[in-house]
Amino acid sequence: MGRTLYEKIWEKHAVVEVQNQPSLLYIDLHLVHEVTSPQAFEGLRIKNRKVRRPDLTVATMDHSIPTTDRSLPFKDQVAKKQVDALAKNCREFGIQLFDLDSRNQGIVHVIAPELGLTQPGMTIVCGDSHTSTHGAFGALAFGIGTSEVEHVLATQTLKQFKSKTLAINIHGTLPQGTTAKDLILSIIGKYGHDFATGFVVEYRGEAIRNLTMEERMTICNMSIEMGARAGLIQPDEKTFNYLKGKQAVPDGMEWEEALAEWKKYYTDEDAEFDLTADFNAAEIIPQVTWGTNPGQVAGITEVIPLMEDLPASQIGPAKKALKYMGLQPGAPITEIGINKVFIGSCTNSRIEDLRKAAKIVNGYKVAEHVEALVVPGSQLVKMLAEAEGLDQIFISAGFQWREAGCSMCLGMNEDLVLPEERCASTSNRNFEGRQGRNARTHLVSPEMAAAAAIAGRFIDVREWPVKYNKEVGVQ
Amino acid sequence: MKSLTGFTGIVAPLDAANVDTDAIIPKQFLKRIERTGFGEFLFYEWRYENGVEKPDFILNREPYRHAPILLARKNFGCGSSREHAPWALGEYGIKVILAPSFADIFYNNCFKNGILPVALPEKDIEVLFQKSNESPGYQLRVDLENQRIEDSFGYMAEFDIVSYRKDQLLKGLDEIGATLQSAELIDSFESAHKIFYKLEM
Repeated sequence: MGRTLYEKIWEKHAVVEVQNQPSLLYIDLHLVHEVTSPQAFEGLRIKNRKVRRPDLTVATMDHSIPTTDRSLPFKDQVAKKQVDALAKNCREFGIQLFDLDSRNQGIVHVIAPELGLTQPGMTIVCGDSHTSTHGAFGALAFGIGTSEVEHVLATQTLKQFKSKTLAINIHGTLPQGTTAKDLILSIIGKYGHDFATGFVVEYRGEAIRNLTMEERMTICNMSIEMGARAGLIQPDEKTFNYLKGKQAVPDGMEWEEALAEWKKYYTDEDAEFDLTADFNAAEIIPQVTWGTNPGQVAGITEVIPLMEDLPASQIGPAKKALKYMGLQPGAPITEIGINKVFIGSCTNSRIEDLRKAAKIVNGYKVAEHVEALVVPGSQLVKMLAEAEGLDQIFISAGFQWREAGCSMCLGMNEDLVLPEERCASTSNRNFEGRQGRNARTHLVSPEMAAAAAIAGRFIDVREWPVKYNKEVGVQ
Repeated sequence: MKSLTGFTGIVAPLDAANVDTDAIIPKQFLKRIERTGFGEFLFYEWRYENGVEKPDFILNREPYRHAPILLARKNFGCGSSREHAPWALGEYGIKVILAPSFADIFYNNCFKNGILPVALPEKDIEVLFQKSNESPGYQLRVDLENQRIEDSFGYMAEFDIVSYRKDQLLKGLDEIGATLQSAELIDSFESAHKIFYKLEM
């Protein structure tokens, strides 16, 4: 019988396999950041252990750092201590660190792909649940806890039980004005916030093949939001073209060798998945979450669901979510006004995201009562955007243009949504308190966030700017 | 790591589904570089308002303040991979979590920290919510060795657990130490395994 992409990567990396025991899986790339690593390094020190492969480990600072002027001292001394601890640990254990002043600094899941570190057929781990992002390249990539970070540092392996496999076949093509973000939110909305728990998902089908690499990263990034261990997309010519010429990618004979290896990673035609789900991309519309998990989502032309329309098991959580969000069942999504806009995060902070948002914003002003932030995913994205003049489009519209980092996605730094403020956010989680205490988060695509910043409420980007111009009386 | 054996304790019913790790330990407490000091901030936003205890939150009420068993709805521990979540739960005194299902990374993290997550069918969880709501202070005996939970009124449920994970809790294995015993196997794997990226920049 044929094998799935997941099984091929697994077999390639299994160092030891014993029945009824977790396998010992070799890790090709270990990404490290300041929040989930200090206790792991401390564990190594206590036991007098070394990092086995510092050359397969790379660190950056992204979660707790300020996104404002980096020449100023840290306001938050606890965050400073954490960042200093990472620098010290990297020096002591010989690990490459992309420090705050490095041109390669950025959100860990943005920098590894853009540097060409993320490649097909690899195993990649990081103490961060959105490590699933790297699956867009056909790499098995998943988040781990700090004890596991320590295990990987010490042994370059991880004890893992094999996951079940789930194929999500996505038919048709995305309609005009809809995005990869709308697609993944629609899938989570249809199947639920936890339906892929215990599975590694492979996204397949025409709609996936048509996506750019950056769009595929948005899809795989949110695999964890349906509970999946990892998300995978079969590598193809787009993948190889994306990688060619990237900083960490080999050239010449070694490129040919790499390419031959990468082409081995696909799901055989006769391979069987433990579970299969189907989804029609052609019917989706722009999505906006209304609740406190990413599965509580509706289309822009729809209303917040009436409780009687929900399955019994969802009514309790929906009531609790709406109370927290300060919303009523039956209210149209387009009537939800917002005070904050966040364009950023490992889901949607890459150059294509910024280009799409800038295109919406160009020539308009952010609504008076709205505070809007653009936080590029990496310093490289920031530089590229500035070279293209995107920063000026955002700034003249009234957006704040920041340095790279995780920022308001989780608000570990000063970038917070205040209590009962409502934020249109391109991030990945709308959990209670995620962006700040009592903050109300609505997950959307960069285009939808950009349009919301101008209109001051959610508006259908498929009709942008015609309908908006008519509403405000612009010719 | 402390090993976990059978014990009897009060069940605290936390009637919520999709309890995420952001709720278990909010982000403002993730800046500590130690493994300890998280217990007092467990469920911070649910437990406190302006630094004052919210009286209706389950763990702020007697007899649940020191309950070692937490009962919750499905998909417990979803979201962020932060191991600070089981650190906070463990330090607070939670030893066992009963729920219909758990998120993957959280589930793994529990075993590294001496916490037993027990997945039971929805109907069992429903029964346990009823029992613990009807008689506050309701206690269960958790017997990991025999993979069962029971009360003193005749209720009993068996649960599944992979033997490796059971051993992790019963014996408190040093996983890294065990893997380092396989160093030669890792060496020989590495010698035949090619990496195609270059980190020098």
